[in-house]
Amino acid sequence: MCGIAGYFNIKHVPEGGNLLLERMIWSLRHRGPDGFGFFQDKRAGLAHARLSVIDLEGGRQPIANEDKTLWIIFNGEIFNYPELRRQLISRGHSFRTESDTEVIVHLYEEKGEDCLQELNGQFAFALYDQRKEELFLARDRMGIRPLFYTFCNGRLYFGSEIKAIFFADTAIPRAFNPEVLGEIFTFWSPAGEETVFQDIRQLNPGYLLKIDQQGKITKKCYWQIPFGEISPSRASEAELADQLRELLIDATRIRLRADVPVGAYLSGGLDSSTITSLIKHFTDNELKTFSVTFKDKVYDEQEQQQEMVDFLHTDHHAIRCTYASIGEAFPDVIRHTETPILRTAPVPLYLLSSLVRRNEYKVVLTGEGADEVLGGYDIFKEAKVRAFIAARPGSICRPYLLKRLYPYLALSPSRSAEYAQKFFNTDAPLNDIFYGHRPRWKTTSGTQLFFSDDLAASVGQKPFVKLKSIWHDQLKGLDLFSRTQFLESRLLLGNYLLCSQGDRMGMAHSVEGRYPFLDHRLVEFACTIPPHLRMKALNEKNILKKAMVDLLPDGIIRRKKQPYMAPDILSFFGEREPEYLAHYLSEKMLAEAGLFKPKAVQRLLMKCRKKARQGFRENMAFVGMLSTMILYDKFVNNFSIDLIPLNERTVNVHRVQ
Amino acid sequence: MRGNQQVAIKQKIRTFIFENFFFDAKEEDLSDDASFLEQGIIDSTGVLELVEWLEDEFGFTVDDEELTPENLDSVDSLTDFIARKI
Repeated sequence: MCGIAGYFNIKHVPEGGNLLLERMIWSLRHRGPDGFGFFQDKRAGLAHARLSVIDLEGGRQPIANEDKTLWIIFNGEIFNYPELRRQLISRGHSFRTESDTEVIVHLYEEKGEDCLQELNGQFAFALYDQRKEELFLARDRMGIRPLFYTFCNGRLYFGSEIKAIFFADTAIPRAFNPEVLGEIFTFWSPAGEETVFQDIRQLNPGYLLKIDQQGKITKKCYWQIPFGEISPSRASEAELADQLRELLIDATRIRLRADVPVGAYLSGGLDSSTITSLIKHFTDNELKTFSVTFKDKVYDEQEQQQEMVDFLHTDHHAIRCTYASIGEAFPDVIRHTETPILRTAPVPLYLLSSLVRRNEYKVVLTGEGADEVLGGYDIFKEAKVRAFIAARPGSICRPYLLKRLYPYLALSPSRSAEYAQKFFNTDAPLNDIFYGHRPRWKTTSGTQLFFSDDLAASVGQKPFVKLKSIWHDQLKGLDLFSRTQFLESRLLLGNYLLCSQGDRMGMAHSVEGRYPFLDHRLVEFACTIPPHLRMKALNEKNILKKAMVDLLPDGIIRRKKQPYMAPDILSFFGEREPEYLAHYLSEKMLAEAGLFKPKAVQRLLMKCRKKARQGFRENMAFVGMLSTMILYDKFVNNFSIDLIPLNERTVNVHRVQ
Repeated sequence: MRGNQQVAIKQKIRTFIFENFFFDAKEEDLSDDASFLEQGIIDSTGVLELVEWLEDEFGFTVDDEELTPENLDSVDSLTDFIARKI
């Protein structure tokens, strides 16, 4: 795993010199502390920060093809590279390294952009064709590895993280995009490829981008989650479970390919328990497992984690999170997420990756993605129940169904069915393409109460208009369950979980996450499971449970789903108030940033100081505003660029041309 | 209940709502018949905060059956509910 960065001159601007690339890659050194590599000619520059996982000796980058006309920098893993390598060798290609990266260069020589169809992996890469003077950027199907880009003064800049772009040139504006702030305070994440920073875009999951010497840009979606292609297969549930199991075993097996030991996260839930159990039963990997535990019992899953450890006899390690430890790490976490977040849930994963690193592990498998792909989330259940009630308003099942929703919430519907009904009734017609998400978005956009008049005026209804323009064609015609799953996969998973909670939290400590549930073969298969079998009545991940029944303890299979959550406002007021709070949320700084109403924020602070247990909206608003203000301070207002120290330059740098 | 007592209760409710849920909004932003849920002023967790306050401030208990929007979802309905309870 690694970090990549670089540029492409569209106009004939003077080349950037070594320092430009060095600055960019130095900002990503946490992603790849094992050495830097560079390529540069008149047109383009490529830089690479390396974390050695495969081919520890030969895997230095950039890597070229046989005649050194194609150069690649690559972040991520191609899990099917041994098979691809064998095929390529049999077709006459000669390899100089054992690394997975070199496979792409040779595949690209043969197939051009269609090489992407052959890759099973998680990646972002830049491939420069020196002969044609063309740059080719691509990102994996689900968005596991990040890639950002921007245009400034006749140049395209790109990098694994936004800071690499900001490090390139102080002329690149560092300002918030108010519309995207509105999206985050509605959907929890940006709606599409625009980031919270003006003019900085992500390359969307499943996309490629090409730019030629005339500056012509081609952006193309090469893969999309294939919901809606349900074949009228007559496969029984047992047959579907068998197929899923085979795919999962293989997806797990190929994700253990590495020249370093591979560990696993164990949350105590069904998904990570599934992966851990498959590693134990079907591979000879020496298994270390890693968990987060919470001092606060509301969030803690230690009991279930221990059940799995006892069941599988793994070498287990845990890190205990307190309110204070989350509060303390928060500013550094935001420096890594590079986007506002509405919950602190990424922080424990940041602390967990530091535990992995201390154990000298670099790679972990996790259960991420199972809920989206196989139908596990409560929001799917909620959509189903709401739709049922809307279609049969007189049903006597109504109170019973409402009670099944969110039994763990504060004002759970089991205490007040009347409230639940009013809360879930959004007046959205059943064919509304966003039907499933309306209640969540309604609650979340309540946080905009704190927006300054200017910010509120530039947001308005735009988040919804934009989301519709992006996803309408994909969603129309899909059944409600698939529609909700699709949005959850692209918004929550792609634009929040895999980046803010996944890649960035792992990479902060040079730890790479791998996700068997997001193997594209498995995703494609899951889309063919009929929706009513994905969640059978209200039994989530039905087929997965059937597939794993003999490989997991009964208690784990039957356990009521507990969503992963961390304390939000409690982290800042539950034990001690971090000193930085008064600074970031001071009236002066709030007024200067102009994003939130200073007086309203002060009142919220007072309320939190009186009582640290607050409602959803207050929790999301608080964490969202604090993270925005930290970003404002670290990226907009007081951004500083540092250079590679001389001693680092001589030791690790590997240069081409 | 006398009219001025009702006015006092209403004012108490408004002050509580502004301090705890409306933060820096203007008086005219909240009409007495506006639905807290529909206007996004209070969410499902906010309702519990409201109930806690009612019990502390007015010294009665709110039963689960009384946890309904009819009783609690606007300044007006709250005023009536409190008047019935005290």
